[in-house]
Amino acid sequence: MKQNNLFILCLFTTLFLIGCDRNITEQNTVYEPLNPSNIDANAGDWKPVVLSIPNEFPLAAPTATNAAAYNRELIEIKGFQATLTDAQRASIKYWSAGGVLRWNEIMRELVAKRNLPPVNNADGSYPIPSPANPFGYPEYPFANPPYAARAYAYVSVAQYDALVAAYYYKRLYNRSAPYAIDGNIKPLVPATNLPSYPSEDAVIAAVSVEMLKLLFPADIAYIQQKADEHMLARIMAGMNTRSDIEAGVQLARQVAAKVIARASTDNMSRAVGTPAQWAELESQTAATGEIPWISTESPRRPPMLPFFGKVKPFLFDSLTTIALRPGPPPSTKSERLRNELEEVRRYTKSATRQEIAIVHFWADGVGTYTPPGHWNAIAANDFVKQRYSEVRWARNFALLNMAEMDAAITCWDTKYFYYNPRPTQMDPSIKTNTGIPNFPAYTSGHSTFSGAAATILGHLIPDRASAYNQMAKEASESRIYGSIHYRIDCEVGLIQGAKVGNFAILRAKNDGAN
Amino acid sequence: MKLYNRQFLKRIVLSTVITVLTIHAVAQTDVDALMMSKNNFCTGFMVGHSSWKNYWEGPLKRDNQNLGTVSSNMIGIMGNYGIKDNLNLLFSVPYISNAASAGTLVNRQGIQDITLTLKWMPIETTIGKADFALYALGSYSAPLTNYVKDYLPLSIGLGSKNIMARLMADYQLGNFFTTLSGAFFSRSNVTIDRTAYYTTRMHYTNQVEMPNMANINFRTGYRSGKGYAEAILDIMQTNGGFDISRNNMPFLSNQMNATRVGLGFKYNFGKVEGLSAVGNAMYTVTGRNMGQAASINLGVFYILDFTKSSNSKNESDETK
Repeated sequence: MKQNNLFILCLFTTLFLIGCDRNITEQNTVYEPLNPSNIDANAGDWKPVVLSIPNEFPLAAPTATNAAAYNRELIEIKGFQATLTDAQRASIKYWSAGGVLRWNEIMRELVAKRNLPPVNNADGSYPIPSPANPFGYPEYPFANPPYAARAYAYVSVAQYDALVAAYYYKRLYNRSAPYAIDGNIKPLVPATNLPSYPSEDAVIAAVSVEMLKLLFPADIAYIQQKADEHMLARIMAGMNTRSDIEAGVQLARQVAAKVIARASTDNMSRAVGTPAQWAELESQTAATGEIPWISTESPRRPPMLPFFGKVKPFLFDSLTTIALRPGPPPSTKSERLRNELEEVRRYTKSATRQEIAIVHFWADGVGTYTPPGHWNAIAANDFVKQRYSEVRWARNFALLNMAEMDAAITCWDTKYFYYNPRPTQMDPSIKTNTGIPNFPAYTSGHSTFSGAAATILGHLIPDRASAYNQMAKEASESRIYGSIHYRIDCEVGLIQGAKVGNFAILRAKNDGAN
Repeated sequence: MKLYNRQFLKRIVLSTVITVLTIHAVAQTDVDALMMSKNNFCTGFMVGHSSWKNYWEGPLKRDNQNLGTVSSNMIGIMGNYGIKDNLNLLFSVPYISNAASAGTLVNRQGIQDITLTLKWMPIETTIGKADFALYALGSYSAPLTNYVKDYLPLSIGLGSKNIMARLMADYQLGNFFTTLSGAFFSRSNVTIDRTAYYTTRMHYTNQVEMPNMANINFRTGYRSGKGYAEAILDIMQTNGGFDISRNNMPFLSNQMNATRVGLGFKYNFGKVEGLSAVGNAMYTVTGRNMGQAASINLGVFYILDFTKSSNSKNESDETK
């Protein structure tokens, strides 16, 4: 009996000790330090987006490297390097993967955090987040897909323009990095021949801070903390002196101010609209004899950013937005629509586990970084392998995110021009495998975003072009599997997105970076 | 006079209480201070229904017109085999069907997790006129199907493999009993269908780390040869995890807590030896990141006796 008990005790102990393996390796924690295959020393000649010329804003010449003031800056670096803590080493390693990359990740995180639709008021109306009061509920912003697309674009464009300006002055002043001037300073990240004044990392950090203050004002403290860590990491790594950093900050702030000026006059402030305008959208579609879209949320939520289609695009003008608008969707009374509904209904009843996995992989709904964020994540993983210079990272993200923002503009223009009902509105028996977005169906946002992203990314990394197209097709079809969209929304959206992507390719061919 | 906890050993655990967040289905299958005798096998099925309209978004109690009332129906097969008089092996497999009365989300249903539990009674003694017994339980549970996990509150389970250890003490004086137990759950990572998600920060992985859980279960009531009636207090606590942010969807690694009270019973049908009915009703009084569920469960069980020489179903201890 005693022996038996001992055996049982062992059994219990073993069961408990088996435990569960909880190690998780997150993809973005294993990126190698950035070691560009080409430093793009002449990026100061590339064509900026918002700046008229790379040296639109002046930057004073740096002090000479034999000046006493400069020597004191070198002593600061040596001081850090003599007493580096584990936390400081970890910070150096984290930022070494690339400033543009890390700030893109931070942006995605802010979008995911802020992508939450406000709760309705007791009277059934909905509060609208206000940049004037970002901390009060509902906190500003509600980073929905169009908001996010525009945010990614502005931050990426500002980073790119500021870096083109920085690379202009790097070449002009040609001040070497501290590790190249003082043999006692070790480069703790891969060293290149790129001049260090002004610091490209300070430019990225500072321009991101300025843009994100505008776009995510409730997160200023977090953003500023990240920027301080970023810039300090570069000093500790022996890559920049304090004056390299300060020059970068100074240049970046001027560039950011010009980009912010564009952002404040791009019609975004009018994208929400008014109750009278919302009613008009409904009545003008009803007047054509078609069934207008109605929110299926309870209580009915106003449509998401109905006038985002009037926002000023980056890659073309607003007249082109209208010219690009696809033809109408099938009539809500047509045989064609009935057939499309039938397909959607089928997925409600019998989507396979694999199809549901595809729906959820691409859902990018509430509380996520949105479809443009997903394409940024895909791009980041591939860009890492390309070993781009910081300025090329910024240029390629700017191309991607201008395409995503303009895709949002043309898609939203189309959605609110036709104001076409969702399958769930046409047939309430249709249930969805993910949340139903609160805006009209035609055309699919996911498809437009994906078509645009796959097109420009395929141009940037031709080896991956067919993979991107495959992904875009899957993302697009995921919306049919999810019973969110008719097939026509997705097919037309993909084509529409590719058209926008081609504008980005046109820019890429002419920006001097090839 | 035989001890009650020997007399009423033909019992399967009755208290599978499902909530829409079905973690409890795993937790509640073993908390009875009763054992099957050697070579007896008790099996049966249970049905359960639970629903909630209000839920806690972090500490904030709210409803949601786009979910309406979320309800969960369960049918489960369960069994308990007496390896020895003081060592039992239990299993349970529930089929769960979840639905929301409002909104557009597709309902979810399917076979959930298998739970295997070893239940051991190392100490059985008397203290004065009272009977006292101590139990140790260890269980393992794992999903039987690749059900959708990342779809709360309608997913049928959380998808983790779990290991549980429970210590339970039972005290009985006359017909009145008290059972107190505490359990600890270690849960494996869960693989979801997307490669990035936000909790309180961004995660670039399809793996979700699941915080540990602890449970305290207290039951007290009246036992006799006819069965028992009891009052139940159950406290489930997640050690870690995060709150649902304002108007967000729930997530697997939320801090899910619930304090529930309820009543349970077991009735032995004297006319058919080995046949019994069990049931309970539970209500969530406080919670966090969970629905305020009311639930009811009913089950029917029958004992098969595999004792070689037995022709009496070893029921002598039912004759109290």
